Amino acid sequence: MSGTTLLPAIGMAATLAGVLGAVLAWVAARLPADPDSLVEKIDALLPQTQCGQCRYPGCRPYAAAIASGAADIDRCPPGGDSTARALAALLDRRPRPVDPQYGVTKPRLVAVIDEDRCIGCALCLPACPVDAIVGAPRLMHTVIESQCTGCELCLPPCPVDCITMAPPGTRSSMSDEASVAA
Amino acid sequence: MSRHRGLQLESHKAQPFEQPLLVAPPPRVATMALDQGSGEEAEAVVEPGHSVRVGTVIALGRGAAAGLHSPVSGIVRDIGLRPTVRGTGRCIVIESDGHDEREAGMAPLDWRAKDSTALLECIGAAGVAGLGGAAFPTAAKLELARSTGAELLLLNGAECEPWICCDDALLREQSAAVVLGAQVMLAACGARHCIIAVEDDKPQAIASLESALSSAGDARLEVTVLPAVFPLGAEGPLVAAVTGREVPHDGLPPQVGVVCQNVGTAAAVARLVCEGLPVVSRIVTVTGSGILRPANVQAHIGTPLADLVAACGGYLGSQHTLIAGGSLTGRALTSDAVPVTKGLNCLLVATPADLPARGAEMPCIRCGDCAGVCPAGLLPQQLHVAAQADDAAALTRFGLAACIECGCCDYVCPSAIPLTARFRAARERQQLRERERRRATDARARHERHQRRLHEQAAAERQAFDEARRRARDVDQTGD
Repeated sequence: MSGTTLLPAIGMAATLAGVLGAVLAWVAARLPADPDSLVEKIDALLPQTQCGQCRYPGCRPYAAAIASGAADIDRCPPGGDSTARALAALLDRRPRPVDPQYGVTKPRLVAVIDEDRCIGCALCLPACPVDAIVGAPRLMHTVIESQCTGCELCLPPCPVDCITMAPPGTRSSMSDEASVAA
Repeated sequence: MSRHRGLQLESHKAQPFEQPLLVAPPPRVATMALDQGSGEEAEAVVEPGHSVRVGTVIALGRGAAAGLHSPVSGIVRDIGLRPTVRGTGRCIVIESDGHDEREAGMAPLDWRAKDSTALLECIGAAGVAGLGGAAFPTAAKLELARSTGAELLLLNGAECEPWICCDDALLREQSAAVVLGAQVMLAACGARHCIIAVEDDKPQAIASLESALSSAGDARLEVTVLPAVFPLGAEGPLVAAVTGREVPHDGLPPQVGVVCQNVGTAAAVARLVCEGLPVVSRIVTVTGSGILRPANVQAHIGTPLADLVAACGGYLGSQHTLIAGGSLTGRALTSDAVPVTKGLNCLLVATPADLPARGAEMPCIRCGDCAGVCPAGLLPQQLHVAAQADDAAALTRFGLAACIECGCCDYVCPSAIPLTARFRAARERQQLRERERRRATDARARHERHQRRLHEQAAAERQAFDEARRRARDVDQTGD
């Protein structure tokens, strides 16, 4: 095959590539990906524990950080490796295990208040990110088991260390699943 | 070969009929599982120390659980965890005083004088539940049929699974009760006619039923004889075989104008009408090569299975597996202390000869035998690939929700793959994920409300502070 017949074909292909590339670049500039919808999608995969172990103040800020590229997908111990895998699939990245510096994955535990020792100081109430603690100053507090995410954020504020973490269903006779299903 | 998809299996149903229907004595200790087989627990209304009589309400129905009544008179000893058909479950333990006094006020029901609402109420209050195995409250099912205007009441006497023959025994002995129960149910649910479906391997049951029908002289009732194919007795396949209408996999028979009830349930309704007695007993097939004299036994709910085994002459040999239900869909039991529930139709005491070894699992060779037998018309080989990969989208696409867990695919698989167990596990994983997702959605909403409230509080405090400072400044200025 001679070079003279090949040249117009190469020229045509190059022109086509250049024009299409310009169109694509223009479209990408005019219609940027909606960052909010990406944050929503990432947030939907996170376990909503709101524990802050990822060093962000909740699941949604972490989702925003992942979307903007400020944080990697390996910072969510409550979600564990399955969440990291789902995030990797969503973002088309290489899956990686949870970085142990942010904590270890463990089965879901719930906070239990030792009601004999609770002094009713109400310091744990604002600490709970999902309002799962019922109580008022000088009245005994208790944790609504089905709504507790096990974030452990109520442990540090307690001045008498009367809150412990226990497997669901150990304290209350009402089964956890039943109350969630209801 | 029949036109119905499924398996023609050796039935193993002759032996229990070598003996008449046995009546087991009331148990010394009745263990009443709050979950009678439907997967939901009734709400206990007695406490340890309460004294009860036969027919006393001990638990109220809620959701998919029917109410429970004491089968003996005596004292409630405990409410706690006991071994049950489903593993372990909460039970009410009643110690019998041996007198079997009945609760006051149990009288025959004048059902012809009652309207359908009153009848449904009576059926619900008597704790009548699907005695075919599902133990779903009958009143709720009939109510749904009434509200959707189902015109056909389909009584299921097909009993297609090997070994189980309690409905056969019931039809032979008490077909008049089944017919009466069908008439009451027709009045309760407003259906226009009733078909009683029986498989063709039960000629005596069919003869007895036909004579009962001719003496009742009710033109709305008829018997349909079906070929003996497993799993034709399952609700969906049965409706399709009798009416030719297909129940949507995510729907219920009333959507195609049918309401299904087991023949045993009809007999329980008849018992309620004739004697005023709630469901406190049922017929259980006790069979298998590991039992001395296999028989059908009329047993009180709550009787330990060991008592039924004793009533049938005891165990034969030492190597046996206890199975609640038949050999294809039954559940293995860990002990014979498990009590009879409303959903228990058969105790199979199987020897290794009854349950041939399956051999080691081999890779799928894509022979397609499983797709040929699947009564739901699924492709089990494709579902299996999806289940192994835990691919939720593929599981949905290949119709996991339509699987009735009959076990036909396992039975024909030349590679001995435990397909049904895999599908069951995949379904449980999906349910778990769904529950986690719901929990997360709930937590997110609560967290958002929490954040909003904190913001509002902070804003209000700042405003109050500013207000106070301004007032202080005003006071200062006026003071000057």
